[in-house]
Amino acid sequence: MDLYGELILDHAKRPHHAGLREPFDAEVHHVNPTCGDEISLRVQLDGSGAEAVLHDVSYDALGCSISVASASVLAEESTGRPVEETLETYQHLKAMLTSKGTDPGDPEQIGDGVAFAGVSRYPARVKCALLPWTAYLDALARAGVDISATSTTP
Amino acid sequence: MTTGRPILHGASSGSATGFSGAELAALRADFPLLSRTVRDGRPLVYLDSGATAQKPGVVLDAEREFYERHNAAVHRGAHQLAEEATEAFEGARTTVARFLGADEGEIVFTRNGTEGLNLLAYGFSNAAAPGALDGVDPEWADRLGLGPGDEVVVTEMEHHANLVPWQELCRRTGATLRWIGVTDDGYLEDPATVVGERTKVVSVTHVSNVLGTLNDLTPVIAAARGVGALVFVDACQSAPHLDITGLTAPDSGVDALVLTGHKTLGPSGIGVLWARRALLEALPPFLTGGSMIEIVRMEGSTWAPPPQKFEAGVPMTAQAVGLAAALDYLTDLGLDRVHAHDQSLVRHTLDALAQRPWVRVLGPTDPADRVGAVAFVVDGVHPHDVGQVLDDAGVAVRTGHHCAWPLHRRLRVPASTRASFSVYTTPEEIDAFTAALDRVPEIFGVAS
Repeated sequence: MDLYGELILDHAKRPHHAGLREPFDAEVHHVNPTCGDEISLRVQLDGSGAEAVLHDVSYDALGCSISVASASVLAEESTGRPVEETLETYQHLKAMLTSKGTDPGDPEQIGDGVAFAGVSRYPARVKCALLPWTAYLDALARAGVDISATSTTP
Repeated sequence: MTTGRPILHGASSGSATGFSGAELAALRADFPLLSRTVRDGRPLVYLDSGATAQKPGVVLDAEREFYERHNAAVHRGAHQLAEEATEAFEGARTTVARFLGADEGEIVFTRNGTEGLNLLAYGFSNAAAPGALDGVDPEWADRLGLGPGDEVVVTEMEHHANLVPWQELCRRTGATLRWIGVTDDGYLEDPATVVGERTKVVSVTHVSNVLGTLNDLTPVIAAARGVGALVFVDACQSAPHLDITGLTAPDSGVDALVLTGHKTLGPSGIGVLWARRALLEALPPFLTGGSMIEIVRMEGSTWAPPPQKFEAGVPMTAQAVGLAAALDYLTDLGLDRVHAHDQSLVRHTLDALAQRPWVRVLGPTDPADRVGAVAFVVDGVHPHDVGQVLDDAGVAVRTGHHCAWPLHRRLRVPASTRASFSVYTTPEEIDAFTAALDRVPEIFGVAS
């Protein structure tokens, strides 16, 4: 079945950058109450404001392959990058996930995130793929980053 | 139906047999939705009847006929349609009463099982208001008075619907919530260690919506009775499969039960609360407004006698009529045969899963102790992923915690996959389900 590409299964089995690390600027715990998926996530930033860079994102994810793989791809794609760029990645990824199969995603913009294109045809699973990203945005906000731009579509 | 009645536990279907292949084929033709396909033309294998059941044509026809021929607001209006609508609605109440072996005056229509349980819980809250129990028999006033030092007992296997309303009632009144534990193999622990002198209410599920455990209510009722506590039963998962008239028998020791229409082949938006008349008379109303009053003045109002006291506003008329059609449908099939059919499906499923060592079934291994459902985990694969693979083959199951999060925590699993059955479920569907399940180890690379 097309949902479980090799990339997703690999990330789910061996999630990159997994585990909670110190130091960190903010920590959040998010759940998906319909299925009980949980993620604890920490961010550590270098600098602040528009120039902030994501030094580290660490996490402990308990959930389905989609949500665990999504956390892994988030860490893989975002670590070491300017926070603003990661917010753009999020917006492109979200656009793809909520496109009901019409947006295949652009690897230039979302990297390994394209592996989740199949998820957009399963509305019940979109939440699984977005859970780590929602937690990430919340952690950034708690670390003082302005995330208001993410509430608009790219 | 056979003799009915002795169904507090053991739900013996006696000599009744399930449905033959030909009978099942004919029965399935009564359910229009079952003939559709899903996911690119695959036949639908619907194993999620524990979440909501599909509806036979007679239910859809009954609703449609009501709207096409008799629609009017019940219990008001001086015209023929109002009379016919009232007759249809009260006729539905008679059918429900017959189905439960109870008196019509003890049947309250609710929106669903959740609302029935909230109606009870809020009745206790409202009883605490000044003057709420004026004129109520002192013994009943004492039973309904809840405060610090009093205890409400539930079980660790409750659906959130029979847990959260009691948590909230305790929070509002200062009473303490306690619970009967669950054993590793999915049975209730000894209620006598939890139910005590302070216990005012014991609310327990008849059948676990996750494990399918058919609870032995006898010791629960005995413990509650011994201390004068009221006993409420969540029958949402048993009513679709069993003759539950034993629960309403005069000497059953049960004071109230709830069921929901949509799991019982009926429409959504309709449920039933059955409660003994004395309780309904003493219990203050939950929702107030039109239809439930006796006299209204600007300064205050008095209530109509039960069951109207608990049915504020224009009721769910077409839905009640649809529910009556559903219950008649079940009665015509014969609840002893419905139960025998369920037993054969449960046995078939347990046998098939037992041949797959990578599947861990939750709950009782003896089919006789189960009703309607089999939940399981595949170690190393999240239930969402299991459900997705099944869905790809057209097999519909439920995944997650099934509104019973504490039970999953108790069993030390984050979530589970549940196959659940109804009268139209076939053994061939179970085979299609287990065949689809066999793809799981291969896709996710776990040992099979």
